[in-house]
Order: sequence, then C-alpha cells, then structure tokens
Amino acid sequence: MTHASETTVPRPGGGFRIDLKAAAPFIALAVLLVFGALLNPNFVSAANLLNVLTRCAFIAIIAVGATFVIASGGLDLSVGSMAAFIAGSMILIMNGMGGDPTIGTIALAMLIALGIGALCGLANGVVTTAGRIEPFIVTLGTMGIFRALVIWLAEGGSIAMKDQELRALYRPVYFGNVFGIPIPVLVFLAVAAIAAFVLYKTRFGRHVLAVGSNEEVARYSGIPVGRVRTLTYVVQGLCVAVAVLVYVPRLGAATPTTGLLWELQAITAVVIGGTALRGGTGRVWGTVCGALILEVVGNIMVLSDLVSEYLIGAVQGAIIIVAMLVQRSMSRRT
Amino acid sequence: MKTTANLTAALAATLLLGGVAHAQEKKVIAVSIPAADHGWTAGVVYHANAAAEEINNAFPGVEVIVKTSPSASAQVSAIEDISAGRGMDALVILPHSSEELTSPVKQIKESGTFITVVDRGLTDPTIQDLYLAGDNIAVGHTTAKFLVEKLGGKGNLVVLRGIPTVIDDERIKGFEDGIKGSDLKILDIQYANWNSDDAFKVMQDFLSKYPQIDAVWANDDDMLLGVLEAMKQSGRTDIKYALGGNGMKEIIEKVMAGDPVTPIETPYPPSMIKTAIYMTAAQFTGQAPIRGTVKLDAPLITKENAGEYYFPDSPF
Repeated sequence: MTHASETTVPRPGGGFRIDLKAAAPFIALAVLLVFGALLNPNFVSAANLLNVLTRCAFIAIIAVGATFVIASGGLDLSVGSMAAFIAGSMILIMNGMGGDPTIGTIALAMLIALGIGALCGLANGVVTTAGRIEPFIVTLGTMGIFRALVIWLAEGGSIAMKDQELRALYRPVYFGNVFGIPIPVLVFLAVAAIAAFVLYKTRFGRHVLAVGSNEEVARYSGIPVGRVRTLTYVVQGLCVAVAVLVYVPRLGAATPTTGLLWELQAITAVVIGGTALRGGTGRVWGTVCGALILEVVGNIMVLSDLVSEYLIGAVQGAIIIVAMLVQRSMSRRT
Repeated sequence: MKTTANLTAALAATLLLGGVAHAQEKKVIAVSIPAADHGWTAGVVYHANAAAEEINNAFPGVEVIVKTSPSASAQVSAIEDISAGRGMDALVILPHSSEELTSPVKQIKESGTFITVVDRGLTDPTIQDLYLAGDNIAVGHTTAKFLVEKLGGKGNLVVLRGIPTVIDDERIKGFEDGIKGSDLKILDIQYANWNSDDAFKVMQDFLSKYPQIDAVWANDDDMLLGVLEAMKQSGRTDIKYALGGNGMKEIIEKVMAGDPVTPIETPYPPSMIKTAIYMTAAQFTGQAPIRGTVKLDAPLITKENAGEYYFPDSPF
C-alpha cells in the first residue's frame, strides 16, 4: 500500500532524498521561530521557549490520539469536553479519597482517570461502529453530554482541589523538570514515541492506516474494521486522560470552560502535521509539530506589538493557512 | 443542582399542603434566570434559590417560584408557561438577551404583572417597574483608583480582558478612566476569554515580554486564578498587585486572609438577584414603594468588609 512510505525509503534512481512532505511542518515551524526571534528577542529566551513547549503539551498529547482516529477515517469532536469531564471527575475523586495526602492518592486517581478516559473513548467507538452512525454526529452528541456532565458536577461553578498539601504534592507534574526539561514535555515526547511505534511498527497500526485508506479493501483482507475503529477511539480517550494528568496540577481546578474548543485545536494540529482528514495517512511527529506551531503562533502574537488585540484571531488564522499552503507546495515537489 | 431539586420538591409540597384555596390568596413572584453555565450564573441560581427559600419561610402570603432556562427561547417559553398556568403578580427576570425577551415580557406586563429587570436591561425600558443592576464601570474604576493610590500614581500595568461584550468594554473603560491623569501606564492588554487557562498563557507571555511590571489586573476572577499560577511559576518579585473582579469566593478568601498581592476585590455580585427578589417582595409584605432604578455600587472589598461578600456555600 502506498501509505507505507512514511519512513524515508531511498527511491530507486533518486539517490539520497529527504521526504519533503514529512519535513514540511518542521520547516514551517523553523520559519515561524526565525520570524518570532526577529520580532522580539525575548521570544528566543529559554524561559519563553520552555513555557511554550510546556503549554502545547495538552493539545499535542490529545492530537496524537486524534492522529489515530483521523488516520482510520474517523473524527472525534468530543475531546475538549471529555478532557473537562475527566479533569472534573479526577479532582472530585481526589477530594473524596481523604486520608493523608500521599503519592499513592495521586497515583490511584491517575489510574482511575485513565480508566474513565478509556471508557469515554470506548463509548464513542462502540456507538460509531456498532450503531453505524457518522462519527461527526456521535462525537458531537458526546461532546454535549461530557460538557453537561462537567457543568452538573460543578453546579456551574468550578471544581477545585481542596487539599492544599495534595495540590503541592501534585504541582510538580506540570511545573517540575528533569535535567531542565519540563515534565509535560517529557510526557508528550514519550506519548508521541509510543504512538509512532504503535502506528508504524505494529499490526494494529498498519490496520488503522489500511482501514483509513480503503475500508472495503481492508474488510476483504480480513481486517476487523469495526474493532480497529473502536480501538482508535479508545486510544484517543487514553490520550485525553494522559493530557488531563498533566493539566490538573497546573491550576488544580476544572470549570465548565475547561477544554473549550480543544477539539478544533487538536484537529488543526493533526492536519498541519500532514495527516489527511480523509484518512489513510498518519504522521505522529508531524502532529506534535502542528501543536507546537499553534502554540508558537499565539505566543508570537502576544509578544509582538504588530497587531491590536482585536485582530489577533484573524492573524492567527492567516498564519495557519499560510503554513498549510507552504506545506502543500512542498509536498507537490516530491 | 441537588439544592434545586430539593427546593422544587419543597415548593411542590408547600403547594399541595396549602391547598388551592390558600394558594389563591398568595402573591406569586416568578423568578426567571439563565441556567448555571459558568461561575457567575451559577451564583445567580444559588442566590435566587436562597432568596426564594427565605422569603417563602418568612412570609406566608408570598410565594417565590424560581425557573432557570438554558437559552433565550427557553426563557420565553418558561415565563409564558407560568403566566398561562398559575398567573403571577410579579416577575423578576434576568434576561438571556435583551432583544428576544423584550416583547414577551411586555405582554406579561400588559396583564398587570409587576416587572423587575435585573442586570441586562430590556430594549424598551418603559416595561420595567424596577430595574436593578451592578456597576461594571465601577468595577474597573474602583480597581484603578486603588492602584493609583497604592503605587503612588506611577507604574507599569498589564491588563487581561474577557470576551468582547458590553460588560467587558465597560469594565475596561472604567479602568482606563480611573488611571487617567496619573503616570500609570498600561503596557499591554489582551483578551483571555474569562478563562483561567487562557489567562495563564497570556500572563506567561506578558512576563516574557516585559521585564518590569508593577501590577496586573484581570477583569474577572477566573482569569486571576490563571494569572496567579503564572506569577508563582515565574518567581518574579516585581509585581506588587494582582487584582481581579466579580467576587469569586476563592478570591474573597484571599482578601480575608490579608494576601499582600491580592488585598482587595471589586464585586459584580450575582447576589444582586437576591436584592431584586427581596425588593419585589417588599411591596407585597410591607407596602413599600419600590418603583425605579437601583444601581448597586462596586465598593472596594477589603479585609474589613469581605465577610459581607463571602458565601462559602455558593458555587461561585
């Protein structure tokens, strides 16, 4: 199958050649970095770059999951609400556990959060495949359900971690670092590495791409299409839960506006990263790069004095479109 | 939510026990408010239910019914249903949107109902008998005056604003007017959508961009929470004040504890619905004249008077 060309295979007669298609998002990111540095020297300060890198962790992790869903030809609009729901549940569980705050309390809450994430994903997957309903509609429905559940749990207000000691114990998961690298960055690198391995080196990964490129052919080849599809939503749910694990320690609270529009950011990151919305290809590292591009664009906007606060959204939109155009023009040359 | 359910049950029980004949004599005050979808509206629901319970217990001759609606059209249906069903002597309404609610409320007014409008005005102000609102301009202005005084009229400020709306514009305008004539300078102002996460990001960027900031003002307390985390992470010591607005209980707690960075707060209290319900009830219980316009001030909340604005059981 053609999509197997994700790894840079030297082509016959072509000699040494970089896969421009896969490199395009990274080139776009490099251009943005240079642009940012020219606008404001503070942009390239270590503190700022680390902030940006850390901040993009949530969207990057969620978008890695979305890469699986989209590569298999699906779509998940519920991830933002799901993140808020898992965060709210996790905090309530920690508040409810009581006892002395220990690492064990947090670890247990983390495990439960991962479980909730997997179940939410499973629900999306089963309804989509067994119910034979368009994933757009299913996940639009669950998006509303998860969001309403958070509002209900919070009674419209916010759900905050009550135990300050526990909060202090958990806080380093967002703010801490290992040898100078922030923990959220390590987490999203690990998630992306595992995801890349699963997508490119395992049977499940090859099935995901096969189902996404042609469902009928996949079915005739004996691939359990329904199961593969369902599993991609479970992977998505798990990724959302992992993102929540690093999100909760940041502010120690979830509100009805937590994760609002994250689904669009995640999908944008996936597409900027080179994965086609119609399925059949998946570029995990491109996705991570896409998430980084989105965050860098926002950061540059605030750091520069070029545009008034009223027009930031328009410029952000334009930059994203230009980044896509650059990427497409490069991929045409290969 | 649970309290709402309990209250509805309690209301239903009162109705059944009171019997039809008794209910006829009661003056009915219908309260129509948006459903809780963020902190502030959650506070409105909490205070409306609290007022209903208190008044129903205190005055047997008055019955307060609270209805929450998730959208403007649902709100129109809700008030029409009550009006057609039980009838009402007074309507206290916090409209979802001014345009959509104006003519339905006008119709209810024409049937002889006393109309109290809270916070968001209707497009035709002649409909209301009583109008009660907070002062968004004062939220910005009071905060600005505090900073001018405490910083000795000189310093660098950064500001986080919410979502482009009248409320947001008024707060910013009040603030800008408040610092006029001093040497306080707004270095930067950005939208952060009244959202803690967005505010966290914007504040991190402000900290990268400006080496020296004297004070930061987020025009809503949700955003202030994000700002405070970003400051804590940066370890910067140049910022003397980080202030918010609205009266969220977490921030009031800081004020009560004498926090040096957040020593004050300015209210735009959701409890204004309670004030409106009590005033509306006053004409039925004590024949007090109440027609007119009431503007609740946004006074400085300090350690001394913070208790007045602190509702530990409220979700906001």
